[in-house]
Amino acid sequence: MTAAPAAKATALPALRRDWLPVLLVPIVALVALPLIGNVAGWLTLTVAGLAMGMMIFIMASGLTLVFGLMDVLNFGHGVFISIGAFAVTLVVLPLATMVQADSVLANIAVLLLCAVVAMALTGALGWAFERVIVRPVYGQHLKQILVTMGGMIVAEQLIHVLWGADPISVPPPEAFRGSVLIGEAAIERYRILAVAVGLAVFAAMLLVLNRTKIGLLIRAGVENGEMVEALGYRIRRLFVGVFVAGSALAGLGGVMWAFYRQTLTPGMGMEVMVLIFIVIIVGGLGSVGGCFLGSLLVALVANYTGFLAPKVALGSNILLMVLILMWRPQGLYPVAKR
Amino acid sequence: MAEPLLTLAGVNTRIGRYHILHGVDFTVAKGGITMLLGRNGAGKTTTLRTIMGLWRAAEGRIMFEGTDLAMLATPEIARLGIAYVPENMGIFADLTVRENLVLATRERAPDARRLQWIFGLFPALEKFYALAAGALSGGQKQMLSIARAIIEPRKLILVDEPTKGLAPSIIRNMVAAFKELKQTETTILLVEQNFMFAESLGDGVAVMDDGKIRHSGTMQALAADRDLQQRLLGLHLDAHQ
Repeated sequence: MTAAPAAKATALPALRRDWLPVLLVPIVALVALPLIGNVAGWLTLTVAGLAMGMMIFIMASGLTLVFGLMDVLNFGHGVFISIGAFAVTLVVLPLATMVQADSVLANIAVLLLCAVVAMALTGALGWAFERVIVRPVYGQHLKQILVTMGGMIVAEQLIHVLWGADPISVPPPEAFRGSVLIGEAAIERYRILAVAVGLAVFAAMLLVLNRTKIGLLIRAGVENGEMVEALGYRIRRLFVGVFVAGSALAGLGGVMWAFYRQTLTPGMGMEVMVLIFIVIIVGGLGSVGGCFLGSLLVALVANYTGFLAPKVALGSNILLMVLILMWRPQGLYPVAKR
Repeated sequence: MAEPLLTLAGVNTRIGRYHILHGVDFTVAKGGITMLLGRNGAGKTTTLRTIMGLWRAAEGRIMFEGTDLAMLATPEIARLGIAYVPENMGIFADLTVRENLVLATRERAPDARRLQWIFGLFPALEKFYALAAGALSGGQKQMLSIARAIIEPRKLILVDEPTKGLAPSIIRNMVAAFKELKQTETTILLVEQNFMFAESLGDGVAVMDDGKIRHSGTMQALAADRDLQQRLLGLHLDAHQ
């Protein structure tokens, strides 16, 4: 094997990192500070916004990958959130003494158990959902919307049958109740936990997507699934894996959401779906990094406007989405599609 | 005559309600480069995509070493040792050059000696190894696309118009790379519109029109017969010299 004539020397292309969307989060937070007027209030609202954003990210990240990889619009994603939330009852009711125990270790063990049970349950449900409901409608968007919404209605009714129609109260474990004082700002312990869990999930996703071959395949598949197949990989199998993982993440998000709201209702997953769709559109369909930033932005803006102008709060997310799409029509971090 | 590696017999392909290939019959001999020529819309790209299983053959057989590819899905076809370089290059723009090459290998990482050989063919890829493929120029993307196809030894490579839109200097580099590839065991089926490029590389040739093969033979014979070129391709060779 000998070398062919060298290509004409070319200049090194500049690697432009796009930091502007990342800067949006601190910019929004800093702009809010003088408007709120006191640091303690601002800190409380900011941590609350970050916690809510992290929970939305956990719930939304799987959906953005599912859409990016196979162009599947899964309007039934909310059911995995609800099931994940209700799975909490399978752990906290029999282990009520551990939930109320003064031991941090026992409390953390309960939370971990909730996460494992919820993720196993929603992962298995996701596998069945993909096989029975999503697979027959690949490539047919209208049917996907109708069928996945239908699947969600059926699943919601199943929750009614299994857990009853009455709201169920699920207070968080003892160690995560109440607040800690930072200066004059009262920060809820559970919100700090939500931020930590969200960051851990984001870091784990980045690690998998950037440092493993499966992650490379997912990123490549989001961009050009046909070429991934032409390289010898079965993208359908990859998609099933991502669907199951996305459902399990939604289940984990459901656990976090359940303890955050402290009340379970069968429709709680569907209620948060509007926010989730806004987040994945704002972030750029298929982009995990965009989804993360979108979640933080949506939650921070909702919290700040809820405090500053409650009447505007309901529409603030839509307004944010419109502004971002006017700036970047494909979202904060558009995925290069073939 | 070298033994056939790939034989298409009566291949018909429909895309939606459009009937594109109308019984394509031709053979790709083992070793060397077979050119697939024809005017725009003749069905060349559809033929490659049908071989690769990206569009299904509605009728006919595509025999590759005793296996009918028409019965297989694209990943299984690729695993038989067939690589595809699409017209749009199909590189993953958000992935680095290295990551693009890693994905094309069955192993955890590309073989170091083979990688050095590829860097010899396409030096720009070594320079930009850690950069996002989306930052490369058109010619460099084409090099990456071909490098991905040859990062491991393949039996057959399907290449769709590799010179499209490239500067003459890059095309010369491409010709040199393909000549180097001809020295290996790999067989190449190459779709091309640039007759000079085809003439400089091709061993065998098939000419398509209206979804059918109108002529097949040696490249040498076609290059020597201007009337045939005129009749099949509408070429005035003088215009190319």
